[in-house]
Amino acid sequence: MLIEVDNVTHIYNDENNVTALKDINLDIDKGEFIGIVGHTGSGKSTLVQLFNGLIIPSSGTVKVNSKNISSEKRNLKETRRHVGLVFQYPEHQLFEESVYKDIAFGPKNLGLDEAEIENRVKEVMELVGLGYSEFKDRSPFNLSGGQQRRVAIAGVLALKPEVLVLDEPSAGLDPQGRKRLADLLKYLYEKLDMTIILISHRMEEIAELASRVIVMHQGKIVLDGSPKEVFANEKKLHKLALDLPQITEILHRLKEKGLNLETEIFSISKASDEIIKALRSH
Amino acid sequence: MLKDITIGQYIARESIIHSLDARMKIILTTILIIALFTINTFNGFGIFSIFILIVILLSKIPFVKVIKGLKPILFLILLTLLIHVFLTKGGTVLWSWRFLSIESEGVYTGFFMVSRIFILILFTSLLTLTTSPLQLTDGIEYVLSPLKRFGVPAAELSMMMTIALRFIPTLLEEAEKIMKAQQARGADFESGNIINRAKSLIPLLVPLFISAFRRADDLALAMESRCYRGGEGRTRLHQLEYRYYDFIALSIVLVLAVTVYFF
Ligand SMILES: Nc1ncnc2c1ncn2[C@@H]1O[C@H](COP(=O)(O)OP(=O)(O)O)[C@@H](O)[C@H]1O
Ligand SMILES: [Mg+2]
Repeated sequence: MLIEVDNVTHIYNDENNVTALKDINLDIDKGEFIGIVGHTGSGKSTLVQLFNGLIIPSSGTVKVNSKNISSEKRNLKETRRHVGLVFQYPEHQLFEESVYKDIAFGPKNLGLDEAEIENRVKEVMELVGLGYSEFKDRSPFNLSGGQQRRVAIAGVLALKPEVLVLDEPSAGLDPQGRKRLADLLKYLYEKLDMTIILISHRMEEIAELASRVIVMHQGKIVLDGSPKEVFANEKKLHKLALDLPQITEILHRLKEKGLNLETEIFSISKASDEIIKALRSH
Repeated sequence: MLKDITIGQYIARESIIHSLDARMKIILTTILIIALFTINTFNGFGIFSIFILIVILLSKIPFVKVIKGLKPILFLILLTLLIHVFLTKGGTVLWSWRFLSIESEGVYTGFFMVSRIFILILFTSLLTLTTSPLQLTDGIEYVLSPLKRFGVPAAELSMMMTIALRFIPTLLEEAEKIMKAQQARGADFESGNIINRAKSLIPLLVPLFISAFRRADDLALAMESRCYRGGEGRTRLHQLEYRYYDFIALSIVLVLAVTVYFF
């Protein structure tokens, strides 16, 4: 088991004392693509920060590769190399004068040598679609928003983590930027066998990419299963103020109107086939 | 962890001290501070201490909170004490060793200065503890407004203070976020010698400044698109208003300031 979360409760110690996570139990296997959805404030960001020890839970344990990271504070650097975390609006953490230096920040902190750092920077820049020779000396602050975000993601990928966690990475991107990001995640998952944990508000994105969907509500996991299983709970999701993917929503409505068709479909092309089939036999 | 820092912290309570007019509280504090610097006996300090105790009781602010506010200046107080005790000469020699000596005059001035600083800090922290930042800046604007004639931009100054106070928590939150993001990339803010630690702040400070400037830009645009044209002639939502007890407080403080002078 890659990540094991046992009976974790987390309370933020400030004047409000919010209980952000309530008795969470969760196992994540190598090679899963997990989509986490939930209303704002449901505890998604808090949950993923447990995975690399940025947050030590108030009670319960978190294990990464069978090592308990909620007790020992010493080897957090090692954990952070295994679990790469891309925060929301990651472009806000860029600080170096050149793209190269910013991406090299992580590997440098790991104490790698110059040659290895250069290799990694080259590799991850190509991965995120930023030409090495074209972009390496440019200032990250003169890039477009989408390019900045790719630099920031590259900065985490350069740590070569086993697990890549992304907190709402598509927020504020244009459709092309979102498509690019989805392609990147697909590539990392399918071709490089990375384990990926993706927080997103866009159900289409989750339905398209994830192999397992986790729904959070008020600090608890309320649904956990394959996209098919989770999106079958239409009523429950609506009650939690969450949507189905739009295309699935349309299929549900058509079925309500008396059309006999399958509703657990998340891609537009499959859905249109299904609708045509249903109309033919109508 | 960064959020624990509270600057000029205000504690909301329903008390007579809280409901005094902000302008009046600023004026009263000023009178008290002037009085504090004109007296030169310990008796006067004693009277001030009793006065402070009564004000704390009236304000319903927990005693511990007031004391906690003194913590940051403890070092300053200790330093003042030591400097006076060792360097001010005069009176009888109480203790000496090689070139070091403690003389009675030094001990006396040391404790005198320390008492004065203590009371000074208590006066000002009682002001900030019982006056909300917004009222405080409004009050400061009023108190400074006679200086407008000499070109002091009182309204702009108070707007600046209001904005600064508004954004302190936002910036602290931002700093915490950036710190976490850099830690996720293996940054280490805690260990190493002073030079390394100062260096390790660069990945925190650069993004923080950039975001502060961006926020400032956005805010300026937003204010301008809502037709903000400087403070001149702006009216406010909550008008400050003197009431009878403001003048009672003024009388009490004036009597106190004069009495203390004769002790
Ligand atoms: N650093 C923090 N300090 C105090 N409270 C926090 C902090 N971060 C999040 N919270 C609170 O914890 C709860 C869960 O927040 P979060 O994990 O950010 O949810 P999500 O990512 O699903 O929007 C919210 O009520 C939020 O206000
Ligand atoms: Mg979040």
